[in-house]
Amino acid sequence: MTRLPRPARTSLALGAALCTLAGAAACSSSASSGEGGDGGPAGAYTWWDPYPQHDDSSGWAQRVAKCGTEAGVTIERTAYDTTALTNQALLAAQEGTSPDIILLDNPAVSTLAETGMLTTMEEFGLDTSGIDENLLAAGVLDDQAYGIPIGANTLALYYNQQVLDEAGVDPASVTDWDSLTAALEQVTGAGHKGITFAAIGTEEGSFQFLPWFWGAGADLRDLSSADAVEALELWSGWLESGYAPNSVINNSQNTTWEEFLTGDFGFALNGTWQVNSAAEAGFPTGVLPVPAQDGGAAPAPTGGEFITAPVQDDTARYEVTKKIVECMTTPEGMVETATTFAYYIPPTADGQQQLLADSPDLRPWVDAVRVARGRTSDNLGTDYPKISEALWTAVQKALSGAADPADALAEAQAAAEDEIG
Amino acid sequence: MPVTTTSAPRLRKPGGAEAGLPASAPRPPARVRVRSTQWAALGFLAPLIVYLLACYAYPLYRNIDLSLHDYTVRSFVQGGADFAGLENYRDVLTDDGFLPALRNTFLFTFVSIAAQYAIGLALAVFFRNNFRLSAVLRGMFLVPWLLPLIVSGSTWAWMLNSDNGIVNTVLESFGAGRINWLTDPGWALVSVIIANIWLGVPFNLVILYSGLQNIPEELYEAAALDGANAWQQFWRITFPLLRPVSGITLLLGLVYTLKVVDVIWIMTTGGPGGASTTLAVWSYREAFGTGLPDFSPAAAIGNLLLLIALAFGFLYLHLQRRQERT
Repeated sequence: MTRLPRPARTSLALGAALCTLAGAAACSSSASSGEGGDGGPAGAYTWWDPYPQHDDSSGWAQRVAKCGTEAGVTIERTAYDTTALTNQALLAAQEGTSPDIILLDNPAVSTLAETGMLTTMEEFGLDTSGIDENLLAAGVLDDQAYGIPIGANTLALYYNQQVLDEAGVDPASVTDWDSLTAALEQVTGAGHKGITFAAIGTEEGSFQFLPWFWGAGADLRDLSSADAVEALELWSGWLESGYAPNSVINNSQNTTWEEFLTGDFGFALNGTWQVNSAAEAGFPTGVLPVPAQDGGAAPAPTGGEFITAPVQDDTARYEVTKKIVECMTTPEGMVETATTFAYYIPPTADGQQQLLADSPDLRPWVDAVRVARGRTSDNLGTDYPKISEALWTAVQKALSGAADPADALAEAQAAAEDEIG
Repeated sequence: MPVTTTSAPRLRKPGGAEAGLPASAPRPPARVRVRSTQWAALGFLAPLIVYLLACYAYPLYRNIDLSLHDYTVRSFVQGGADFAGLENYRDVLTDDGFLPALRNTFLFTFVSIAAQYAIGLALAVFFRNNFRLSAVLRGMFLVPWLLPLIVSGSTWAWMLNSDNGIVNTVLESFGAGRINWLTDPGWALVSVIIANIWLGVPFNLVILYSGLQNIPEELYEAAALDGANAWQQFWRITFPLLRPVSGITLLLGLVYTLKVVDVIWIMTTGGPGGASTTLAVWSYREAFGTGLPDFSPAAAIGNLLLLIALAFGFLYLHLQRRQERT
């Protein structure tokens, strides 16, 4: 497939042209569409996923290839950056060249389902009853599941045992917001830095704020509630008191983790995907669930990908696609995925039991995933991205001092209502 | 109006000559030959026309089409978007974020190009006097141009970091207070402007330096004989003779700067809370910055930017014609 078919070449040229001039709208290169969908040689099934860090020689690529071999076909895998993947999928669907399978970041599932480009799992005859309901919910729109989670991750508080020991803080004492703030005060009092998190003006910022937002009892349909204001005041209070550095306003989750790895911070809010890195850090670390305002674990947002099957013109392809999906979603398959990535918790009770039998250290993460909540759940669907944009803008305004938390959230609620209409 | 009257006679001159040629020499075989060469000419033009249509006309048409319809992700894939007329433009123009974004766009653009031009010109004049290693030094000034933007943007963001950035470390060691460059609403725009100036100086330096090469050395010698000092030489010779080059440099700089997204996106994502959001960044965010692509308003903002650039293009042409006339 080094030579693109003629229509693909034309669309490539047009796509490239579109990008050059009207870069802001309507495009990113459609170069890949020539390799996707129906254009592939017979027996080849196309597969897109958001893991460019795993190249063709990686364990993940081999696992994907094996599922193809078992189904009697070869799989052509293409990896994109997470945000690029959604745009590529939209463009491919527009041109009728969708791949057979896309692994989608969970909040994107309802967006793409909304376009009508995804098949439902019911159409495929795939049973989703064994999947934990809170994890499946992100891919459910109007009672139809548009994908199956291949694994889930979520957020929790990592702590630096050495820093806490020096400050005389017992991690077990951190059970609610007050005790956490008290611990931060002790840590900064001992000459260390308190906590770092990511409040950047993108989806990552909302993702990190949600455990606190939900932990206060707030609801995404009402951003300006008193509970929501308290959650934002918790964050802005930490910045004012110097418990969190000012740079969190511009931090991505990766930057946050880099800061934590300097060994100077007591706590860091980060995800299951850092488990291995935490184990290799130059200091002992531990994990706490994000505390809710009045104690107990706050629901954290779920992360992780769904396996989805876009609609094809040639429905005869579905039979094999179903086999590939099944191969990825058996309990053994889920555990294999979890260990291949070293950070995915299987979304079924069976899978979780098997994973814990292999690696009991992951227990806090399994517990966290069980109480986690999908961002697009409760039928928020495609409203979520609009609400999320308003939310992260409010967080940024409050933390940077451009507005006080109550005003920022009131503005956000107005903006979200305006967008949703 | 005066513009058309001055340009019309100039256009008529070659046109009149061509029209006069077949009239004064009515030879039928020649006419056939002209026609076949016309076909050949069209044949040679065809690739260019296809290129222009595919790469300029179609994207422009598509962008306008997007902005006049209400595209949702669903209608983007399945077609059948509702015609919205100027609704998207009205939404953009009445949005609370519009005026701040417009203000940011103009501040970002004009402060950037003014500083880039001034620094670029100063360096070009400096490098005009060849000295030892001047070529090497000039080459080194091109580095910002050669670096991938993701590298230079990230490096600037890292240097301007509130807590660990080298800039604040230096400021603090001199006893000045810490500045939250990227996270203070009052400084975020300043920070991205500083980075963008650094990025744009090489372009100005190269163009203005090549412009300087075209100024005859004798003029400076004559001025020196007349007793003009360096300052007078600059204002009486260099600057006036460089005016055409300056004009085009500033126009190109304006067009480039108006549509800058990458530097701002990498350094602040337009934040905190919109404090460094320009029209281009806003357009990008609508289309690609959230989980839900919203192409119609993004295209509308993009078209507004095109209009702004076009307006300045006409202003440039107008100024140039006026200059030609005098």
